[in-house]
Amino acid sequence: MSQADLRPVRRGSFGRLLRSELALVFRRRRNQALLVVLAGPPVLIGVAVKVSAPPPGAGPDFLGQVTGNGLFLVYTALTVCLPLFLPLAIGVVAGDSVAGEANIGTLRYLLTLPVGRGRLLVVKSMAVVVFAAVAILVVAVSGLIAGAILFGIHPLTLLSGDTVSVGSGLLRTGGVILYVTFALSGLIALGLFISTLTEVPIAAMAATVAITIIVEVLDAVPQLGGSRKWLFTHDWLSFGEFLRLQVNAGTLLSTSALQLLYVAVLGSLAWARFTTKDITS
Amino acid sequence: MTTVSESAVRTGVTTVGLTRRFGTQVAVNDVGLAVPRGAIYGFLGPNGSGKTTTIRMLLGLITPHAGSIRLLDQPMPGAAGVILPRVGALIEGPAFHPYLSGLDNLRRLDACDRSADPDTRALRIAEAIDRVGLAAATRKRYRQYSLGMKQRLGIAAALLQPRDLLILDEPTNGLDPQGTREVRHLIQQLAANGTTVLVSSHLLAEVEQIATHVGIMSAGRLIAQGTLGEVLADTEPTVRLETSDLATARGVLAQLGLTQVLIDSSRAVVSARLGGLAVADVNRALVLADVRVRAITEVRPALEDLFVSLTGEGFDVAS
Repeated sequence: MSQADLRPVRRGSFGRLLRSELALVFRRRRNQALLVVLAGPPVLIGVAVKVSAPPPGAGPDFLGQVTGNGLFLVYTALTVCLPLFLPLAIGVVAGDSVAGEANIGTLRYLLTLPVGRGRLLVVKSMAVVVFAAVAILVVAVSGLIAGAILFGIHPLTLLSGDTVSVGSGLLRTGGVILYVTFALSGLIALGLFISTLTEVPIAAMAATVAITIIVEVLDAVPQLGGSRKWLFTHDWLSFGEFLRLQVNAGTLLSTSALQLLYVAVLGSLAWARFTTKDITS
Repeated sequence: MTTVSESAVRTGVTTVGLTRRFGTQVAVNDVGLAVPRGAIYGFLGPNGSGKTTTIRMLLGLITPHAGSIRLLDQPMPGAAGVILPRVGALIEGPAFHPYLSGLDNLRRLDACDRSADPDTRALRIAEAIDRVGLAAATRKRYRQYSLGMKQRLGIAAALLQPRDLLILDEPTNGLDPQGTREVRHLIQQLAANGTTVLVSSHLLAEVEQIATHVGIMSAGRLIAQGTLGEVLADTEPTVRLETSDLATARGVLAQLGLTQVLIDSSRAVVSARLGGLAVADVNRALVLADVRVRAITEVRPALEDLFVSLTGEGFDVAS
């Protein structure tokens, strides 16, 4: 082969691939609709609480404190959205990522460019992570805005009873958002792996969400005892840790380790599957 | 079948013993493609004969169970990263994102191509769109495209970069006669500039017009391959004459030693295999025997006849 036949890899090609993937995810109407829908629950909860304050102890954690401080609407909204709405939105996008392209046949054209199978899987994972982060941010910001308008933002009273400034409260809220994004990485890996198994995106989405719900149900069975801490949904609501005066790094680290374990195992499976798979669609 | 000395001739596509099974069924069985550089290779075969599976293996989408592949003298899938940027492909019809416009779909593909220069993207996309005559519809969403427009966009995608090899699976599928002619011209144009083209089709008459080489698949096997002339040479030409003196004509032809003399009395036509004889000599013998010949022609079997005789598809004219 002569030198002229070689096609050099252009600088910045990974960035262009990632941007293209992000544009594909965020320009899609369905995904935009998912984000819009996610902005709804925080506002609804805020209005409902404003109209009729619930008796103390009723509803999810933090609900009782919402009337006193709009910041708590963020935590309430996340608590409400984490079990179903967020996994649903993320499961749709993750399940669609590979299976969707296989379904419409664009996958075969990407792979013959060639895009590189491993490279494509990495970029697709990154795009889903970004979508998940944006989805969580939408819930949080919607809660923050609704909370600020309906109840105002005040210095944050922590679980311990100590009060910290609004600035510190917002900082801790930022920590909560980061934590939740990280806590959902196992779910993202699950969705991606299932997405490499099928050419039917709706099946991948449904399977991802169904498995998540089953795991959540198992997590609610007390008889399973200590083994529940290995479930990937177990630590989702542990973001309350950020509302202690001294944030316990140990709790956060163990959550991180668990999620990384899921990402490593499911990511390897997805990699093994996708890089060797026969593309017949 | 020609064997090509690899060291002497640069080849477009070469496979040796290519085999792939699906379950117990052997979809592709010991296929040895030999596509010379610069050829327009018509890859023919009935539905389900293994053409598409072969093409998918060439492009690294499906792993062969046995055999080896070289595209442009480089091993596949080992050298996929270097080779595939030089290969444009249309595989089992076009496929794009339905909610994006044709233009955005091409931008997406080009952005995903590691070897594509972003500075020339707009220009290259415009050229490709122009080449397939799709300029009027680029802003429309892909889902609103007609079958022919989709096909054109698929070909445009294969032409986003200069290619040394084009693998086109049924490129004229869904195109109207005008579009079919355009695609045929486009393929000839590209081949004239040195691009090797492997084109699979079921429209044999069309392939016959442009192909320099053909390969015929049947039930997973490559049953004939070579230049169009070589492959057609395997079949004997026949002589066909119109006359009202049917019986005499038959006698003369039999005397000349022609075989398979057939009479169609309703149309006053006699035909026979020519063997090695020239039509002019046959005519002379007929005239000398006082047969009044209205018309006499040598009939070269078309690719379609050969195809049907080899694959046993439909009416079997060979036996």
